[in-house]
Amino acid sequence: MNSYSLEIKNISKNFGRRLIFQNINYSINSNSVVGISGNNGSGKSTLIKIIAGVLAPNQGEIIHSFESKKIADDKLFNHIGFVSPYLILYEEFSAVENLKIFSKIRGIEYDTEYIKMLFNKTNLYSRRKDIVKTYSSGMKQRLKFIFALMHKPDLLLLDEPTSNLDNEGKDSVYSIVSEYSKNNIVIIASNEDLDLKLCSDILYLENYK
Amino acid sequence: MITKSYSLFVKDVKSELRTRYAINSLVMFILVAISAILFSIGNEKIQPELAAGLYWVVIFFSAMSGLSRAFVSEEEKGTTLTLQLIASPDTVFTGKLLFNLILTFLINIIVTFIYAAFFEGFVINNFVLFIITFIFGNIGLAISSTIIASIIAKSGSKGTLYPVLSFPILLPLILTCVQLNIFSIDGTSFDNVLYELAIVVSYDIIMITVSYLLFDYIWKE
Repeated sequence: MNSYSLEIKNISKNFGRRLIFQNINYSINSNSVVGISGNNGSGKSTLIKIIAGVLAPNQGEIIHSFESKKIADDKLFNHIGFVSPYLILYEEFSAVENLKIFSKIRGIEYDTEYIKMLFNKTNLYSRRKDIVKTYSSGMKQRLKFIFALMHKPDLLLLDEPTSNLDNEGKDSVYSIVSEYSKNNIVIIASNEDLDLKLCSDILYLENYK
Repeated sequence: MITKSYSLFVKDVKSELRTRYAINSLVMFILVAISAILFSIGNEKIQPELAAGLYWVVIFFSAMSGLSRAFVSEEEKGTTLTLQLIASPDTVFTGKLLFNLILTFLINIIVTFIYAAFFEGFVINNFVLFIITFIFGNIGLAISSTIIASIIAKSGSKGTLYPVLSFPILLPLILTCVQLNIFSIDGTSFDNVLYELAIVVSYDIIMITVSYLLFDYIWKE
């Protein structure tokens, strides 16, 4: 059982004069899948980035806690896994080279067996030594799942997780999410009905304008 | 943190060797700049003041043409978010600074050798002073270039903004280094150059402190 919790406290964000959302309050204390939904431009990706700690809100704060202790901002990245269409891996390196580089920069061990399992789960094992530049967009999306899961994060943030994926890829994602959410928190930002069906609760951003 | 930063540095070196983002532009700039100066002075022997000034002009503009790549290449490739998700701001800044330090020193050692070989007026009489100036000058140049690169990487007009922002920040360093180079060509003793040396060392300390304090805010959107 994971003792990770997340508290969104009075978060507001605007870009210039344009208000994206305001006064979002939400907390997740147990292992579950939570959805974020809203029309295009409603701020789904913005909220996901704020939760990941890569974008600062204009007001409010996000509190990430592990075993009831607040996680410092500069340590947060090791607790979070992130997948999105706008996340880009190093295209001049192969998939394995990318993952080894990430392990070293994170300061964690490269778990060969676990990563082999992830490669097999995402059907990328045979292409693991190919340069990422030669991958299709669907393969790149699947590789991002390995990137997000390789350090066994407590919080998995998925922004449009099934974009660019075929039906087989989508099934693979749903299987990963179902399995991973048993012991961890998963947040999915999407408008896809099938993606949102996995969620036990959904945050509708239209309610925070 | 040092091991993680070193891993980021190694990644940047491997990436640079595969993509040649910075090296090609730096080498071409040095060749073009030194050739242009050589053609313009012809057979004339230039004054030490001019030799020292031109030397730092080449160093300044070669830094302008290559050192911004550390952050700009991440932004152009779209990998900034990836880096934000795998490392703390301090790790990123240290790794990028290490890359720029090595690049600055390598490039400027080459510039110095080419310069010494082709310019008659560039005869060093206080070699220790020259080396100290070279070391602290290049450290200051690398620190300033790295933090400025992180600021301009997110802007639309990176190419224009980089020299514009760098000029006022690097001017005190460049002017002092030019003066120290004149002293090293003249063979001035250390007792008479302590003031200028203190300026360069202080500049480096101030820039590294300010950079680490500010980078967290620059790095997070």
